[in-house]
Order: sequence, then C-alpha cells, then structure tokens
Amino acid sequence: MADEITQGIVQAIHLILNADHEVLQITILSLEISLASTLFSACIGIPLGTYLYYHDFPGKRALVNIIQTLYALPTVIAGLVLFLLISNQGPFGFLHLLYTPLGMVLAQMILVIPLITGLTFAALMAIDPEMLQTVTSLGATGMQSAWTLIREVRFGILAAVILGFGRAISEVGAAMIIGGNIRGYTRVLTTAISLETSIGDFPFAIALGIILLGIAVLVNVGLNIVQTGSAWKSSFTS
Amino acid sequence: MIDAGNLAKTYGAKEILKDVTFSIPDGEIFGLIGPSGSGKSTLLRLLDLIEMPTAGTLSILGEDALSEKTRFRLRRRMAMLYQKPVIFNLSVYENVAMGMKYRKESQATIEGRVKEALDQIGLPEYARRSAKTLSGGEAQRVALARALVTDPEILFLDEPTANLDPLSAEKIEEIILRLNHDEGMTLVLSTHDMLQGQHLAGRIGVVMEGRIPQIGSTVEIFHKPATKNIARFVQVDNIFPGTITANQAGEASIDVGGTIFRAISPAQPGKDVNVLFRAEDVTIGTGEDPVTSARNVYQGRIKHLEPSGPFVRVIIDCGIDITALVTIRSAEDLNLGYGREVWISVKATAIHVIPLQE
Repeated sequence: MADEITQGIVQAIHLILNADHEVLQITILSLEISLASTLFSACIGIPLGTYLYYHDFPGKRALVNIIQTLYALPTVIAGLVLFLLISNQGPFGFLHLLYTPLGMVLAQMILVIPLITGLTFAALMAIDPEMLQTVTSLGATGMQSAWTLIREVRFGILAAVILGFGRAISEVGAAMIIGGNIRGYTRVLTTAISLETSIGDFPFAIALGIILLGIAVLVNVGLNIVQTGSAWKSSFTS
Repeated sequence: MIDAGNLAKTYGAKEILKDVTFSIPDGEIFGLIGPSGSGKSTLLRLLDLIEMPTAGTLSILGEDALSEKTRFRLRRRMAMLYQKPVIFNLSVYENVAMGMKYRKESQATIEGRVKEALDQIGLPEYARRSAKTLSGGEAQRVALARALVTDPEILFLDEPTANLDPLSAEKIEEIILRLNHDEGMTLVLSTHDMLQGQHLAGRIGVVMEGRIPQIGSTVEIFHKPATKNIARFVQVDNIFPGTITANQAGEASIDVGGTIFRAISPAQPGKDVNVLFRAEDVTIGTGEDPVTSARNVYQGRIKHLEPSGPFVRVIIDCGIDITALVTIRSAEDLNLGYGREVWISVKATAIHVIPLQE
C-alpha cells in the first residue's frame, strides 16, 4: 500500500507537470464554476448583508440566526433541495438545469450566499455607531451611506468572499448531486477525486487532490494577506 | 435659529430627554453643560436630525425639522463633530472631501476646498496620508475640517475636546471661535468642562437628568444656579440649608444653624431656603478687626487647606464650615495655616438664595 502511495504521488506529479489534458480541463472547470458562484453570491450577499444592517424589522434576529446556521449547511442537503426543485418532476424542471454547470453554480450559491451575507452584516455591525451617524450628518443619501460603509469594511467583505470561494471549490455533495460528475461537462476536482478513488485510479485522484490542496493554500494565503494586510496597509498610505 | 419645544426622547422604557425647551438665535454660541449621561449627546443627535424625538416640536433655520421632507435638506446645512474623532480608513484628503462628494461638488471645487481646509487646521501637507496614522489631536482636526468644508450654517460639537491634550484642544477652540466670529456660524456645543463652557459659550443650558432646568449667561449659571444640583455641578462650595428670619426692603436674614447670613432676596420670613455662595467670593482677613464693608463677617479657625492648581481651597470653621478660594501667593502672604484664626467676609450681593426643594 505504501508503495502504491509513493508511486501514485510520483505519477500524480507527472500528470501535473505534463499538464495532462483531463487534469487541466477539470481544474479549469472547477475554477470557472466556483468563481462564477462566488461572484454571483457576492452580488447578492453583499447587498443583502447591507440591507440587514440598515433595516430593522420583526424577525430580523431570527433571520440572522438562520443565515449563520446556514454557514454549516451540509452540502448534500443543499444539493438535495436544489435537486428536488430542478429535477424534471420539480417546479423548475422546465429550466433543464440538472446535470449542467449552471445548475452547479446555483447549488454552490446556496452554500455561499449565507456566508457572504452573514459576514458582510457582521463586518458592518462592528463599525462604531458614530461612524454611521457621521455619514448621515455629512448629508449622505441612503446609497452614499451604504457605499461609504461598505468601503470602510472592504477588507472584511473581501475576506468573506474569499471564504465563500473556499467553500464553493472544496464542496463535493452538491456538485455530485446536481452536476452528476459527467466527464468533460460537469466533472470538477472534488467529484473527480471521489470517483477516481472509488475505482482505484489513485495517481489521478492524488494529482487532483494536490491541485485542490494548492488552491486551498492559495485561498488561505489570500485570506491572510487581506486580514493582516488591512492592518499593515492602513499604517501606510492607502 | 433653533427652536425646540418640549422635546422628549425615550429608548424603550428609558426616558433620556423630557420637556426640553429652548431657542438659539443665529450666530450664537450655545453651550450645553451637564454631567455625563445627562442627555447632552442625545439632544445634539436630535438637533442634528440623526435621530427623531419621541415627542415635541423642532424648527431649524425656519423649517419644520421633524418633517421627513425637510430633514435631509436641513441636514446638509448643518454639521456635527463628535467627542471621539470619527476617521475613515481612507486618505486624509478623502476623509475631508466626503461631505462634498455626497453633494456632488465638482472635482476642482473639492480639491480647492480640501486644500484650504487643511491649511486652516494647520495640516497642509497631510492630504495624501492615511488618516489612520493621525494622532488624536490631528484626527479631531481632520474631522473638524470635514465638517467645515460643506459650509454648515450650524455646527454641533459633542464634547469636542474631551479626549485631547490642552494644546490640541486650544487649537480646536480657536478655530471654532474664529468661525463664529468671522462667519457668524451658529455653534451648539456640549461639554462637561464648565471652564470650556464659560469661555466659549455666550449662553449655557444646564442639562440634568434629561431636562434643562436652567438657561442663562455663564455669570448667571455660575453665581445664581437655579437648583442645588446645578450649584453642585458648577462647583459652588458653600451650600447651606437655612430659614429666613427677617426681610427688610429686600435684604433677607437667613439663619443657618445659628449663623446669620444677609443676602439680597425677596424670600419672606419662615421660608426654608438654601444659601449658596462661591468660594471665590469669600475674602479672608487676618487683622485684629475686620476691615470690610461686606454685610457678612465671621470669625473662625482654619480647619483644612487643599491645594487646587494655583489656588488653595481654605475651609474655615465659623460654626459652619465655609470654604474660601485664595491664590497660593496670597495664602503665603497671609501666612494661612492650620488652626489659624481669621476673619472672613462675604458680600450680601454674592449670596444667592434658592427655595429648599430637594
């Protein structure tokens, strides 16, 4: 077994260094789907988190609690729910999104939107109330005020977006259920690793695993730069 | 012109302000003094239209300030400076330009005004710097510049110098005094520092427990406080409960535990009152006989000496403990010391008599 692992790693590195066509294709599709889902989620989550910050309504606290609980929503449940909605028998079956990359983007958005919404809200809530008052006092319209405060917590929001991307690219449950792991069409890093492992093609699985880990490391480094960088950068000219 | 009528503010069941009524003419410097937590900041937020009062009327610059239609427009004619400088994580330039950008001023106008404002606050080279690197005093000056570039007609200042060193505080005071003097800007400032209130404000409103029990000139507030609590807050050292025993043509005699005071007051015999006078108004003499025209002269023994900056607070036992304030120099000249027999005198006009209601 140990021999197999060593061999697997050596072959995996070969696959990566030779830019194996399938490895490359799967990696690019993974990045495309997860970047798209993160971007769309940011476009929804940041305004939603901002709305929550500015408006008080009955049930707001409960809603925030639900959003925070959804940070840990099991990915297979997100997949299952979306499956029921977009399968041929489902209410949105006519859209034919099941087993498509677009369907996978939607599935990942279910996972990422709560994260970005909740963390945007939390970042804004951490602002000194007198800052909001100052913005109001300076004569800002609602939109101007929101823009100023979002810009003030830009590093916190950027961190939320990076975290969202990390969740999207590393999840397997929803991608499997909604994408179906169709070779060359919806097969992404996580679903491919899952499949190759089960059929015993370890070098291929390890190669994809190394790439996925690499992306995770990059995400983390990015997060670190954003978090420490915000402190570091602000001590110099911005 | 600010006209507030019976303003009230409650948060849930907590009553922060109640029945606040006053009027501030254009061009005045109006001070709000009062202990921490008395409601000064809340009142300023109501006036700057950041929050809505729970009840009452408010008219600012001739418009109804409680109507949703006018609030936004009025807000753009006023500005507020907070105790803790609010600084955005942007360059100094962007911090100062913020209000003008909201008003969609032209780039050229903004650049010119920011430069002018930075010159005015004495930080001309700071435009490109990150505002987060500023010291407390510099940050407050940038916050002031940001409030001023929009040319407000009314400027609210919430304890503007409470966190600053004396030099930075002086700089801020100098700037706002000049604004009032040169441009007729109406200033409303809150402070718990009575000296600041005294040397900045024309009139003062005393804020106590969410109400304004007295409005007047600094002299009135300091020498004729309307209640015992105000007297305590403006550091009137000598406060004694007593009873009026006689009143001859407006000069009342008040019996304070055997010591008789004479004061100018219409209060009639039999009325229970508080007798108030400031320690600065007590004169100390050391000769054999008192040489004074004052109506109230007492002999006593020095019980305690308490240095207070360049002054000494002298507590003299004259049957009751009367506090006098003298300079350190005159304390030395008079050779004041513990146990020393002295004369003290207080003019009848320096004594303020209020009903004993608390």
